[in-house]
Amino acid sequence: MAYPKRFDGRKNDEMRPIEAKAGVIKRADGSGWFKIGKTEAYAAVYGPRALYPRFLQDPEKGVLRCNYNMMPFSGSGDRVRPGPSRRSKELSMVTEKALRPILNLSEFPNAVVDVFIELPQTDAGSRCAGICAASIALADAGISMKDMVAAIGAGKVSDQKVVDLSYAEESHEEGATDIAMSFVHNTKELTLLQMDGDVSKEELAEIMEMAKKACDQINEIQRNALKEKFQAE
Amino acid sequence: MGELLVKEKTIVVPGEELASGMDFLPSHGTYRENDKIYAGKLGLLNIDGKVLKIVSLSGRYLPKSGDTIIAKVTEILMTGWRVDTNSAYEAVLSMKEASSEFIQRGADLTKYYEIGDYVMAKVVNVTSQKLVDISMKGPGLRKLSGGRFLNVNTHKVPRIIGKQGSMVSLIKQHTNCKILVGQNGLVWVSGENPDAELLTVKAIKKIELEAHIPGLTDRIKKFLESNSTQKPVEQSQGEQ
Repeated sequence: MAYPKRFDGRKNDEMRPIEAKAGVIKRADGSGWFKIGKTEAYAAVYGPRALYPRFLQDPEKGVLRCNYNMMPFSGSGDRVRPGPSRRSKELSMVTEKALRPILNLSEFPNAVVDVFIELPQTDAGSRCAGICAASIALADAGISMKDMVAAIGAGKVSDQKVVDLSYAEESHEEGATDIAMSFVHNTKELTLLQMDGDVSKEELAEIMEMAKKACDQINEIQRNALKEKFQAE
Repeated sequence: MGELLVKEKTIVVPGEELASGMDFLPSHGTYRENDKIYAGKLGLLNIDGKVLKIVSLSGRYLPKSGDTIIAKVTEILMTGWRVDTNSAYEAVLSMKEASSEFIQRGADLTKYYEIGDYVMAKVVNVTSQKLVDISMKGPGLRKLSGGRFLNVNTHKVPRIIGKQGSMVSLIKQHTNCKILVGQNGLVWVSGENPDAELLTVKAIKKIELEAHIPGLTDRIKKFLESNSTQKPVEQSQGEQ
């Protein structure tokens, strides 16, 4: 019977309401908060700071270290066990890879920039929310970066191509495809691409175009969040 | 034809287009891609003729040659001291640079500086690997004993010092405290009584918080006048 109308009444290319803030964590060098629908992410940046053990240091450039963590009651079902798991370790890694291309780490060799992403509540799209928050936090920390990244999940629910899937949509009975993507704003370079489900080549191209448009909107919100913080300061 | 896309003194965000065309030059914090200039970090845009530059507003201190900093001794080495510079990199103070008098090899270095001591020092050299050398030779460089330390944003240090030290001397006049400000965001305050020190700390925190709002000096003056118990003393003490 397909999927004529989205569960929450959104248009197919419409995201859930987004809010963002910079500088929410006082003791961090930089921080960001990103909320999309019911998914909420905090990111805190510490550094550049000294990196130990020594063998992790890189004398050519700094190291970026990300940590993705879901809080105990942030899922929609049972209590989530916080801390490193197969899933959270993978997401930490992809977050790192999504952010590294924009950072100019050569300014601080042998040092590290730590990014901690915490999710107090989630409703699908948590890795994307985490990347968006981390991008704000890194800029807030005054780290030299050529651009900002924005990330969004997009895909197919039953036969409809949609952007920003919610958890209910991801678990649609007729099957859903969820593709997490992140783009560097100016160049539209793809820094994250993960998929769960199946799509045809043509559909993928179309979905990516939808995601790019959504990322432009996210970027606008990220920029405003940063400007607001420093304008008020 | 070059065109400026952003006004001067506005906050810019990484990736923001600043100018198009070849009429402008990218400097600190900006970069050119094809014929456009983009922001390479978050900060305040500064335009000097054709040169576009970004003044940072946040971030940790990065050691730079020539800076005067306040550092803490963390380790005693065979030939000097290792100090914490409130940044990602530690610095080394060698025996040769430690004092004007000659230090014998094998002498007990703790006689000069102990672990935990704070020193006002000058950064003399920073290598590409960020190995930092500091020196105690120079006017006003010394060990800091007593008093209290506070941490401020390193990018607000120029505001705390003021034009030719005007802000620091304003606070000194009203509180009669000794104040030393390190480029690395550490400030040392030492006064005759705790109340004076506390007032100084409050004033410095106020500057840090309100650095961007115009009329800072007047506000700080008013704040000090309404809060200080003693009459302002004209600068008579030799201490800087």
